[in-house]
Amino acid sequence: MNMMSEAAVEKALDKKMNDISYKMIGKDVSVYYGDKRALYDVNLNVRENTVTALIGPSGCGKSTFLRTLNRMNDTIDGCRVTGRITLDTDDIYDQNIDVVELRARVGMVFQKPNPFPKSIYENVAYGPRIHGLAKSKADMDAIVEKSLQKAGLWNEVKDRLQEGGTGLSGGQQQRLCIARAVAVSPEVILMDEPCSALDPIATAKVEELIHELRANFTIVIVTHSMQQAARVSQRTAMFHLGNLVEENDTDKMFTNPDDQRTQDYIMGRFG
Amino acid sequence: MSSTHIVSIYDEELKYLSRRISEMGGTAEQMVADSVRALVTMDVALAQKVISEDVILDNAERQINDKAIVTIAKRQPMAADLREIMGTIRIAAELERVGDLGKNTAKRVIAVQSSGMPRKLARGLEHLAELALIQLKEVLDVFATRSVDKAKAIRERDDEIDAIYTSLFRELLTYMMEDPRNITPCTHLLFCAKNIERIGDHATNIAETIYYMATGSQPEGERPKDDTSTSVVAADVADASE
Ligand SMILES: Nc1ncnc2c1ncn2[C@@H]1O[C@H](COP(=O)(O)OP(=O)(O)OP(=O)(O)O)[C@@H](O)[C@H]1O
Ligand SMILES: [Mg+2]
Repeated sequence: MNMMSEAAVEKALDKKMNDISYKMIGKDVSVYYGDKRALYDVNLNVRENTVTALIGPSGCGKSTFLRTLNRMNDTIDGCRVTGRITLDTDDIYDQNIDVVELRARVGMVFQKPNPFPKSIYENVAYGPRIHGLAKSKADMDAIVEKSLQKAGLWNEVKDRLQEGGTGLSGGQQQRLCIARAVAVSPEVILMDEPCSALDPIATAKVEELIHELRANFTIVIVTHSMQQAARVSQRTAMFHLGNLVEENDTDKMFTNPDDQRTQDYIMGRFG
Repeated sequence: MSSTHIVSIYDEELKYLSRRISEMGGTAEQMVADSVRALVTMDVALAQKVISEDVILDNAERQINDKAIVTIAKRQPMAADLREIMGTIRIAAELERVGDLGKNTAKRVIAVQSSGMPRKLARGLEHLAELALIQLKEVLDVFATRSVDKAKAIRERDDEIDAIYTSLFRELLTYMMEDPRNITPCTHLLFCAKNIERIGDHATNIAETIYYMATGSQPEGERPKDDTSTSVVAADVADASE
């Protein structure tokens, strides 16, 4: 076992308190879809145990950037990523990186709830099973329950775990997808407009969840709702025409942003 | 502001708020000017008019607040828009206070009318009011133009008002010491002077609010100090009047 000296522990804690620790570092990230360039040398660092919101007008590259963080762009034909992105100290575009494992560490929740056409239980158990996270049925039961608890869905579904996931309401399905993402104990969770199909109550539940998840996970969320970005995030990054134009503390971003383009965008003004 | 909203009615709502502030400012200015004129000319009818006008500002403040609340709820304003609306609410409150001070001065006209006022005092009060009104007028102009530099300048110019107020304070004390029968009217006049001096402070508050609305930060540096009458003691006045 690797025992840390007391001083080292203190130093580590100190670092956590005082220094900003970055979970992911994006350096000069550019993305091309065929000949079309979608991102221009984006330098954006994602802070650990922080919710980072990505905002900007439609087509500015938010989803594109988000997808670079777990190599989801690999699945798109003709898509090319340049620059460097690290998760802790690992270069995620390194040849030796196991992409399946990467996506277990950096999970994703999509705009449209997309549960598998299987039972609620299976939706959550699927990830842990393929990653071999449960040794027994009891283990798996515990993971499923814990994940559904974390997603704030347990009480609503505990009596019908064997029913189909697609039979849930939209808001419940989205929380099921969050439970699914959480089940494999990722380090980072990416969310692309997770509430766009949800009513205010389901949205509030997801936001409450994001708030709680922050203690254990690092979260990057794309949202079109300025109010949502202001409510859930601590850092906000503004994209415009494929460029990162401003990244700031969320409180500053929504009261007194530095960049004119940010101002116009968040206030709903013509540039 | 440099650009307009995509939702044009939002612009209308913000314009409505700032127009109402300008109106309140005009009313407050008029009330203060009338109250001081009523005081130095002992014009009770004019004083009554000022007293009755206070309700205009009370209502205006309430209407501005209601509209601001609805706009916040509807538009969920961000950044400069949010500061604009919050600033409007604050300025409306300041102007309502200015109206109260004018009304209070007007009320005292009735109490002091029978005693008359020495020429010198009247001139002092008029001068004080002139400066306070200039402050108020300028700050309302700044509200219209949103000039950050001018907002700062107003804030730095409260000193003169304070100096005149302090000298009036000394003078009133002198009268009171000369003849105890002066105590009642002079006390009223002292409150009137203080009312007018306070208007300068409200103008300064408004200037700071405008600065914040425009820049998103509080103006730097210390605010000019309050009146120095707090350190005037009877002995000084007695010495001075000998
Ligand atoms: N699969 C793709 N093939 C080709 N071009 C794409 C693809 N996906 C995105 N793009 C282009 O890349 C740019 C950035 O798109 P992206 O989806 O990242 O924008 P976004 O900021 O997420 O927008 P929205 O808010 O509408 O979701 C756009 O010009 C888009 O047309
Ligand atoms: Mg998108």
